[in-house]
Order: sequence, then C-alpha cells, then structure tokens
Amino acid sequence: MMSRGTRLVVVLLALAVACALPFTLSNFRLFQFTQVYIYAIAILGLNMLTGYNGQFSLGHGAFYAIGAYISAIMMDRWNVHYGWTIPVAGVLCLVVGFLFGLPALRLEGLYLALATFSLALAVPQILKYFEHWTGGSQGLVLSKPSAPFGLPLNPDQWLYFVTLAVLVVLFWLGANLLRGRVGRAIVAIRDNHIAAEAMGVNSALYKSLTFGVSAAYTGVAGALSASAIAYVAPDSFNVFLSITLLIGSVIGGLASISGAIFGAFFIQFVPNWAQDISKAAPWAIFGVFLIVFMYVMPFGIAGAIRLLWIRARRSRVAQVPESRETAPTQAPTSS
Amino acid sequence: MAILSVQDVSVRFGGIIALDQVSFDIEPRQIVGLIGPNGAGKTTLFNCVSRLYEASAGAITFDGSPLLAVPPHRIAGLGIGRTFQNLALFPTQTVRQNVMIGAHSRTRSDFLSNALKLPWVAREEDECRAHADDLLRFLDLRAVADHPAAGLPFATLKRVELARALASRPRLLLLDEPAGGLNHEEVEALGAIIRRIRDELGLTLLLVEHHMSLVMQVSDKVVVLDFGRKIAEGSPAEVQRDPEVIKAYLGTEAA
Repeated sequence: MMSRGTRLVVVLLALAVACALPFTLSNFRLFQFTQVYIYAIAILGLNMLTGYNGQFSLGHGAFYAIGAYISAIMMDRWNVHYGWTIPVAGVLCLVVGFLFGLPALRLEGLYLALATFSLALAVPQILKYFEHWTGGSQGLVLSKPSAPFGLPLNPDQWLYFVTLAVLVVLFWLGANLLRGRVGRAIVAIRDNHIAAEAMGVNSALYKSLTFGVSAAYTGVAGALSASAIAYVAPDSFNVFLSITLLIGSVIGGLASISGAIFGAFFIQFVPNWAQDISKAAPWAIFGVFLIVFMYVMPFGIAGAIRLLWIRARRSRVAQVPESRETAPTQAPTSS
Repeated sequence: MAILSVQDVSVRFGGIIALDQVSFDIEPRQIVGLIGPNGAGKTTLFNCVSRLYEASAGAITFDGSPLLAVPPHRIAGLGIGRTFQNLALFPTQTVRQNVMIGAHSRTRSDFLSNALKLPWVAREEDECRAHADDLLRFLDLRAVADHPAAGLPFATLKRVELARALASRPRLLLLDEPAGGLNHEEVEALGAIIRRIRDELGLTLLLVEHHMSLVMQVSDKVVVLDFGRKIAEGSPAEVQRDPEVIKAYLGTEAA
C-alpha cells in the first residue's frame, strides 16, 4: 500500500501531465482524452456499486443516457447554461438510482444483473417514444460550449478542462466516501451482510443509497458527454455501452478508485488499436485483448500495479530480515 | 435490575420446537455461561437476542426495554455486541478495518458529510482509529493490524472478532463458542481475556460454549438447555451436581 505522501505525489504528477496535454495534443486526440475522463467518472460510479458494494449492474448505460438527455433537453428546450445541467443531471440520477435500488434489494447476483440489463434495453426505446422532448431517433443537436471570460482556449480545450475539473472533484468526494465510515460499511455489506447488520449497518438503506450515488456519478458522466459530443441520440446509449462500462470497471480493477481511470483508458483506446490491427475483425482482436488482460492481471490494472509496487518495495528492504512472511494478498483490498 | 431478561421465549421452525419457554436473567457485570448438548437451542437463543431469528412467543428485555420489535441493525447501537460461531469477518478488509467497522453503530458520519470530509468527520475517524488500535493492543493483534483478515490463523481471527465486537463499546457481549477450534493454551488465554473484559471494561457477558472447563472457570452463573428447554440454572458447582444435567450429558444408567 502506498503511503499518503507517495499517493499525493503521484496524483499531483498525473494532474500536471493532464494540464499540459491540451497544449501538446491535436484537437481530436484531446477529445479522446476528454472522453476517457467522462468514462472514468461513469466507471467510478459503477465501481462503487459493483466493486465495493457487490451489486451487479448490466444497465449503467441507462443512467448515462438519462444524464445525457437531462442535460441535452435542458440546453435545447430552455437554453439552460450547460454548467447548471451537470449537477441537475447528477441529482436526478441520484433519485432515479435510489428508487431503482429499492426493488433491487430483493434481487442478488445474476438476478440483479438481469434486472438492470432490462433497464439498459428499455431506456433507448423510451427515449425514442417521447419524441417531442428527445427528438426521437434523430436525437438533439447541441452547440459546443466555448471558453468564458475570453480565455485563449478553443472549445475542445475548454471542455477538456471542465471535464478534468469535474473528474477531480468527483474523485476527491468518492475517495473520501469510500475510505471513511460509509465506505467501510459498503464493503462490509459485500463481504458479509449478516455480520454488517450485526455491526449496526442498515444494509437496505446503504444499498439503495449506494445505488443512487453510483447512478449520480454515471449520470454526470452522461451529462458531460452531451456537451463534449454536442449531440445525443438514443442509439448511442445501447446495451453495448452498459457492457463497455462493466468491462472498463473489471479491467481497471474492481473496488479500486484509480482502477476507474485505467479502465476508462482501456475502453477508449483498445477498440481503436483493435481496429488498426485488423479492419476485418476488430472485435475478435478486442476479445483477445480482454482475455489476455484478465489472464495476466486477474485483479485488474490497478491490482497489478499494487502488486508490482509491493514487490518493488520488498526487494528494496530485502536486506533487512523480516520477522514474519507477509505475502502480498491475492484478495482485492479496497483503497 | 437485570440487564438482559429472557422471558418464556419459544422458537418454532415449522414443526420443530427449537426453544420451549426458556427464561433467565443476567445481572450487570455477570458472566453467564449457556451450555447444553448439540442441538439444545443455545445458538437459536443467541440469534433471538441479536434478532437474526424471530421468537414465536415470549419476550426479551434489555435494560428494561423490549428487544423483539427492534430491527437487527439497531441491536448494536443499543449496546449489545456479538461474535459468531463460525467466523463472520470481512475477509478482504484489514484487521484494523474490521475492528473499525465494529464501531459503525456509535459513529455518525453519513454519505454527504463523509464525502465532504467535514472537520468533525475527520475527528470522528481519528477517534475511531485510535480506539481500534487500543483494542488491537488489548487483544495482542497489533502485529497483524494491516493484514487482510483472509489468510490469518483461526485463533487470531477469533480475537479479531472479539475486538470488532468491543469496538461498539457494548454493555452486553454475546460470545458464540469463543473457544471453538482453539488449542489448550489458547483456551487458557481466552479465559483470562474474558475475565479482563468484565473486570477492566466493566461488561456483562453471555457465552455459549462447549468447552466445559472454560465455562466452569469463568462463569458466575450457568444456564443449561436440553432439547430447547431450560433444565438447570445456578452456580457452576450447583449445575455440575444437578442430576438432570448429568443425565442430559451422560444419558441414563443402563437398567
């Protein structure tokens, strides 16, 4: 485990690099990184639910879609500033997620996965049905927000910084939540729900609230994507999006905060590489990538990095004889 | 006044009567042993007190207030801690985190204040960690504090459960077979710990136990169950002489 000081240095270094990127990359590359950050927020949300709390969701694309459409409709219909639509999308998705979490309490494991899957199936069709608001299958075309106060940034650079700022705030809040009393209770429910109740955890309330917070994160990601792409259409939020988010969460590392970022890089860039390798069968190549990653890093990218870090530190202190053998744990720890 | 009072409690699972009108009282700072042959209903009674099972009839009061209408997750907050017969720890969490989860019922930070890490939340977290470390020292667990619970020796995990139960600062502690799976030396040490918990921390203890010498050593009072009924209650010496108890454990003499 990294010490608090080391972790701070790593985070600050990553932030410095992230702030330098807009001035070195092309607009298209920059847009890809914006999309990575958006995915990272969505995956952190899914990770809270699936990784930390042990509730499976195959339907988080639905919350992503709801967030995107709340933002798009507010901008399109009422000319609301995009900045206001993001927190509104978060709060509304929190409520929707919490309400969906209540009946989900009765479902576990695969049954919950199927129930959430039905949400992913239904939402795009529901969006098409309310054509008056959503523009039906045509979707809604939005305008890209430009930088305020005459800042010398083009719209892509500005959106990149907005997304980065939202990511930093949400990851800070998420890390506080998951590393504190609430996070311990969330994990306790996953590990042993009877013992968690015996410790005083109201597991029904915590599971529903976790569902709500998880949906809020993914909804905010959706709202950001509406502005970033400047267009929403029902078919961009199909079942495949939900599966992609789950892939990102597993490959990045379940029950890991940094894992959400690694997973987001994976789902953004690996399909492109697969396309570069074979135009004919990109998904076959993607599948190979998936299998290799799961085989080599069974605890995700974050888990592999943690293991390497522990090994590096051990070889550094190898001269000092240790009193007890502390084998690196194979179990995913949550921090 | 009794801290825990069990009055005519019965539990039925379908047609099986697991507990049949059992009554007894526990006075503050008493150590009470609950014994009986396998299937006598000891753990069933335990699970009634911690509200994992529903009693079919009867009443249980804690500090004078009725317990059987309280939801399970409120029991810890009332001041009743427990351990489990077959370890129920959080395997992916470190020993210290396990103990800190034990303090859930007496800490207050919620989703919002936790996410914002308000100053009082940070103070509460520091207090919680310091108390957990005190308990780890008390139970000689400091060396494994940062080790995940999974993979530690059984006897160590038993002590982790004890530390976790103590983290809620309970007034009544329920121990379900604390000596189960321990060797001779470990049982000796456990007896000393149980007495220290009563003497130094001022707790009341109810233990279900198969290990007779431990029960007889530490208990102020022993309650004996057989086939769901209470067959004896009294000091360890009285219970050991009781013909009903001898019959239940050894069977009747061949005619």
